[in-house]
Amino acid sequence: MTDDNRISIWFFIGSLLAVYGVIIVAVSIPALLNPADQPDVVLPGLHAGIWWGALLVVLGVMYVIVFWPWKKKADEQS
Amino acid sequence: MGGLVLSLSVVADGHSSIATLGWADLLIIGLYFALVLGIGYYLVHFTKTGDDFFLAGRKMTAWIAGLAFISANLGSLELMGWAASAYQYGILAAHWYWIGAIPAMLFLGIVMMPFYYISKTHSVPGYLKLRYGEAASMLSAISFAFMTVLMSGVNMFAMALVMKVVVGWNLNFSIWVSSITVMIYVVLGGLLSAIFNEVLQFMLIWLGALLVPIIGLIEVGGWSGMVAKIHQNVSGDYTHMWSTLGHYTANPMGINWIGIVFGLGFVISFGYWTTDFLVVQRVLSARDLRSSKMAPIIGAGFKMMVPFIVILPGLLGLAVMPGLVGQSTATATGGASYNEILPLMMARYLGPGLLGLGITALIAGFMSGMAGNVSAFATVWTYDIYRPIHNALTRRDASDAHYVRVGRWTTFLGVIVSIGTAYLVEQSASIMDYVQALFSFFIAPLFGTIILGMLWKRMTAAGGFWGLLAGMGSSIGMWLWVRLDPAALSVIAGSPDAKAMAEDMYRALWSWIICVVVTVVVSYLTKPKPEAELVGLVRGCTEIPSEGHLPLTKKPIFWAGIVFAAFVVLQIIFW
Repeated sequence: MTDDNRISIWFFIGSLLAVYGVIIVAVSIPALLNPADQPDVVLPGLHAGIWWGALLVVLGVMYVIVFWPWKKKADEQS
Repeated sequence: MGGLVLSLSVVADGHSSIATLGWADLLIIGLYFALVLGIGYYLVHFTKTGDDFFLAGRKMTAWIAGLAFISANLGSLELMGWAASAYQYGILAAHWYWIGAIPAMLFLGIVMMPFYYISKTHSVPGYLKLRYGEAASMLSAISFAFMTVLMSGVNMFAMALVMKVVVGWNLNFSIWVSSITVMIYVVLGGLLSAIFNEVLQFMLIWLGALLVPIIGLIEVGGWSGMVAKIHQNVSGDYTHMWSTLGHYTANPMGINWIGIVFGLGFVISFGYWTTDFLVVQRVLSARDLRSSKMAPIIGAGFKMMVPFIVILPGLLGLAVMPGLVGQSTATATGGASYNEILPLMMARYLGPGLLGLGITALIAGFMSGMAGNVSAFATVWTYDIYRPIHNALTRRDASDAHYVRVGRWTTFLGVIVSIGTAYLVEQSASIMDYVQALFSFFIAPLFGTIILGMLWKRMTAAGGFWGLLAGMGSSIGMWLWVRLDPAALSVIAGSPDAKAMAEDMYRALWSWIICVVVTVVVSYLTKPKPEAELVGLVRGCTEIPSEGHLPLTKKPIFWAGIVFAAFVVLQIIFW
């Protein structure tokens, strides 16, 4: 994807998505536990923040693992 | 898009914001800014030569170049404007994503990229210089550089207005924070940094906007439920793409199929996607010829899906939020306008955190578009305007490092001029419509000049210059004619029932035809270049590397065929 010594853009993207996912899940948990905390949106019962946030975490972690830059260097040295 | 922005400027003063952001939303937006700046800082170490700064070292894979190609076009105004158009005109708005993009992108990949790439040009005006000489190149470069930096300012002001209307941010805050961020990362890393961030921005746009149609479809009971609700809410056909294009009066856009197929699908689309250096520059960064051919094909595949996050939210809005009106009525009555349909739908479905992601998608869209503008401007200014003048004055070429320094300063100054333009537009909003009209004057004739030059050996330098000038002049003339006498629209579009949208299509079509006719006539009256000077520039004089040895799945033509087949199927499904 990139120059030999350059960190892949997909690693940056994966890191950001994983952090975003954690934030979105964290801020959506109160609504899941307490119906009185429902956000003022249509179809709050879908708890979109939980599953969309989880999806971002999975996607992000996947990208981070696949494009982990230091793994490549370790492989080259071994 | 000018209408959208003009309208938003009317509401920005006395309108409370559509949404309120919480700590999680602000954190998500803040992290985004931190990362794009971090990427710029990181990439400065990889940007040393002119090729690195202006063409990202020509090392990008087909995927990276393809995603950057599509992302540079996917601005926040694009998202907001076409969602609003879908609410206003229905699924007809999807023509701008399908017939108005896909065939042209595939044509760029299969037919035109070999000449752009093999000629080793660094820009579209650079190709014109090789093919026609300095005069046509300079005409194209000056018009492109001037318009690009003005458009960047217009988009900057528009984005600041969107942020004011949607989340209540101060105009100055939005303009300075976003533009300085773009300036820093492009000055540091050049096109490499712009492309890296465009790929990131592409992902964020999708992940931030995709939930709206998903939850929207759940609410209305799927596509059939949405269509049924639209039929309940409004009269007329808003869900078919071609069956209503038999006559101007049969569809809400006031256009017929000739305007869509030839005006939009041929001239405007091919003009923009194959000659606008803002998008072509991304493809030129590809690491080899095959990657440069694949990049627009990959871009076309994703472009075909964009209506899902842009057009569908507009249609869903028509189903679940009927009664939104045009801006003048909304301002008079204090109601909401369909221009705000995308943020309204975001506020309807996206809770804490998700809303921040949606707003980040809009900001990312703006920044990718602006970075595209300033990086293309820096390249054209440095190589196609500054360099020939410098060489003429000093009688020698400067070092590569000199041009990189000029490129960095040009980026800085380009952003400053953009900011100035943004404030100019704030003082007089009508400037924006003039700037956008000016931009449209150049695209159609430039396509005529370049495509003839690539495919026809007999075409001469004089033919290229005079054809381009005649096409631009006729486009400006037609635009002025309609402004002075609105009845002229019926002459240009060929029907008294034609509406404003038809004017753009037919003006482009006529200016392209005039450009081609003048080019051909002047070429036959002047002496052509010897064939030896056309090697690498023109079909028939250029040996294009064979792809016969490649397996089927590695051949660009195979993937272009797949994308085109999917495009045809979509037209049939939504006929």
